[in-house]
Amino acid sequence: MSEPAVPFVASTLAAPLPPSGIGWLDEARRENLAAFADAGLPDTRVEAWKYTALRALAQRRFVQGDAQAATREVDAAALALPGLDGPRLVFVNGVFRGDLSDLANLPAGLTLQPLSQALAQDAEPLRFALSRRYRERGDAFARLNAAQAADGVVLRVAAGAKIATPVQLAFVGVAAEGELAWHARTVVELGEGAELALVERHVGSGVARQLGTLVADLVLRDDARLSHVLVQDAAPEAVLVHRHALQLGARAHVSLHALELGGSLVRHDLQAELAGDGARLDTRGVFVPRGRQHIDTQLAIRHQALDTASSSTWRGVADGRARGVFRGAIVVAPGADGADARLSNKNLLLSPNAEIDTKPELEIYADEVQAAHGATVGQLDERALFYLRSRGIPQAEARTLLTAAFCRAVLDDLPDAALREHLDGLLAVRLPA
Amino acid sequence: MLKIENLHARVEGKDILKGLSLTVKPGEVHAIMGPNGAGKSTLGNVLSGREGYEVTAGSVSWNGIDLLALEPEARAAAGVFLAFQYPVEIPGVNNTYFLRAALNAQRKARGEAELDSMQFLKLVREKLKIMQISDELLHRAVNEGFSGGEKKRNEIFQMAVLEPRLAILDETDSGLDIDALKQVAGGVNALRSPERSFLVVTHYQRLLDYIVPDHVHVLAGGRIVESGDKTLAHKLEEHGYAWLAEHGEPAGAQA
Ligand SMILES: Nc1ncnc2c1ncn2[C@@H]1O[C@H](COP(=O)(O)OP(=O)(O)OP(=O)(O)O)[C@@H](O)[C@H]1O
Ligand SMILES: [Mg+2]
Repeated sequence: MSEPAVPFVASTLAAPLPPSGIGWLDEARRENLAAFADAGLPDTRVEAWKYTALRALAQRRFVQGDAQAATREVDAAALALPGLDGPRLVFVNGVFRGDLSDLANLPAGLTLQPLSQALAQDAEPLRFALSRRYRERGDAFARLNAAQAADGVVLRVAAGAKIATPVQLAFVGVAAEGELAWHARTVVELGEGAELALVERHVGSGVARQLGTLVADLVLRDDARLSHVLVQDAAPEAVLVHRHALQLGARAHVSLHALELGGSLVRHDLQAELAGDGARLDTRGVFVPRGRQHIDTQLAIRHQALDTASSSTWRGVADGRARGVFRGAIVVAPGADGADARLSNKNLLLSPNAEIDTKPELEIYADEVQAAHGATVGQLDERALFYLRSRGIPQAEARTLLTAAFCRAVLDDLPDAALREHLDGLLAVRLPA
Repeated sequence: MLKIENLHARVEGKDILKGLSLTVKPGEVHAIMGPNGAGKSTLGNVLSGREGYEVTAGSVSWNGIDLLALEPEARAAAGVFLAFQYPVEIPGVNNTYFLRAALNAQRKARGEAELDSMQFLKLVREKLKIMQISDELLHRAVNEGFSGGEKKRNEIFQMAVLEPRLAILDETDSGLDIDALKQVAGGVNALRSPERSFLVVTHYQRLLDYIVPDHVHVLAGGRIVESGDKTLAHKLEEHGYAWLAEHGEPAGAQA
């Protein structure tokens, strides 16, 4: 292999792959790395990366993996969530930290362990998920993740088990010596009729000029239910590329609430296959790029079975010179008759230099489908602003009030009141005046 | 005291107010009537500081201060209140939350103590009683899904809570059924006091049977063209605005 000219790719290839001692896994890692090396980073001619240019990232060199992750200082108090004290898995720069985690007294039916441990004990159940080869042009980071991720989350809920307390996953980015790249992999499986609430967070501490990648596969068997709260509040300098791939069996139901707040360059892919009859997916999200942040959210939902439903409500608020990107692609595959697919993405530009590109895409190949698609980009309503000010509310406060109201639809239906309040608070702090 | 002198204002490059003068003393109620497009709402918007309304000449002093120099929120804190002709719907902002934020922002600006939620609730209950409006409206978003009449009542309810010193009511009677009209008028009358002044913009003499004005003015072509007592409203009702032109020279302002 000749030395690639792109510094990002060269620095990645210079690092050894994590040794696993498992034949099929080593092979998958090598192959994904080779695919990554061949194709490199996608440019903006690749449709999925049309609005997110990686030129600047391509010029940076990253050290793979943090050898000091086990001893990095982390403010444990900052990881606490009000009213939540269930099982918790914490990763620092991609490495599992037992001292910050809580795996004691796991409820019956719940298996929760770091990937590193699960691989050491019995890798076989993970073989399907971890031998995947990523073949799309836009899959560069998934390839890189598949090659380099040595740790992450393995979570299983046994058939019929209803886990009452939410499980927390926290990925903490902490400043390291050089520019660090870390990779984490999550594998979640809910058995038939299982129920789980998951709270996943990305947080940063210090000036963490780093790249994090996360690939999560979530499989729900028939009648399983998942409530998934995702809070991305990475360090302001961090680059984060994360992907959630959901697969839903018959009558399975996923309800996702996402806040995309932090990071300098963030890409989130949310892919869902409604594979079983009557499967249902609800996604609610808000992305708030400020300053020079760039946040790119890509939804890809495939209705593949009878009477499936998806409803997606996303809001974007951009300020300063920030850029938001939203793509909501819904495919109703042949035979997925009776599908109900709804998507709304409304965006607010708070500054003349902010930009949001939104692109709803709907492809229907089935019969008796109900679909509604809408996307808008606008500014604060001047009439509403004047109304509030004429009642005595100062301009900055009035703007914040209206912006928060704009985002409200996203968190309103979150059933956990304490969590909803916490997220409301996070959002309020992050919303620009 | 409100003193408007020779006010000229322009909207989108178009001169709307062309030398309007008017003086309103504490405790007085002035009715302003006039044909569509005369500039009545423009006057309300200029007084409350709406962007896009450019004052090209004249002055407005309010209790000795230059009102036009103040931001809209500062005018509110100084006691100016506009009941909008078309109240704005604000989805996602709870009515009660909004009103408390507004009241406390005004109190803070005036250096008064803010009300906690218990004190605020007590105040709201009192005012609800006076206004005879259902507290169900309070739990909704500001004006969202309110009927035309409910919006107008909500404006008066806000006025009751905020207790302004100068209330400008822009066609608050339009779209009200006869019972609602009486209730709104009752609410306004309950707030009449020696320190509080009202500018009541209306097209209908009927409202003035319930809110009896001290003075009635006709605003036409961007100026006050006629002023008189409450009988002027009756004459207008009978003869229309065409009668004014025949009746004589447009009068200057004499409040
Ligand atoms: N924001 C605006 N943009 C453009 N024109 C405006 C604006 N506001 C007012 N105007 C114009 O100014 C003139 C006066 O309007 P205004 O609303 O003050 O009239 P009005 O006396 O309140 O009428 P009405 O009795 O119908 O409420 C009208 O010709 C109107 O079209
Ligand atoms: Mg008007």
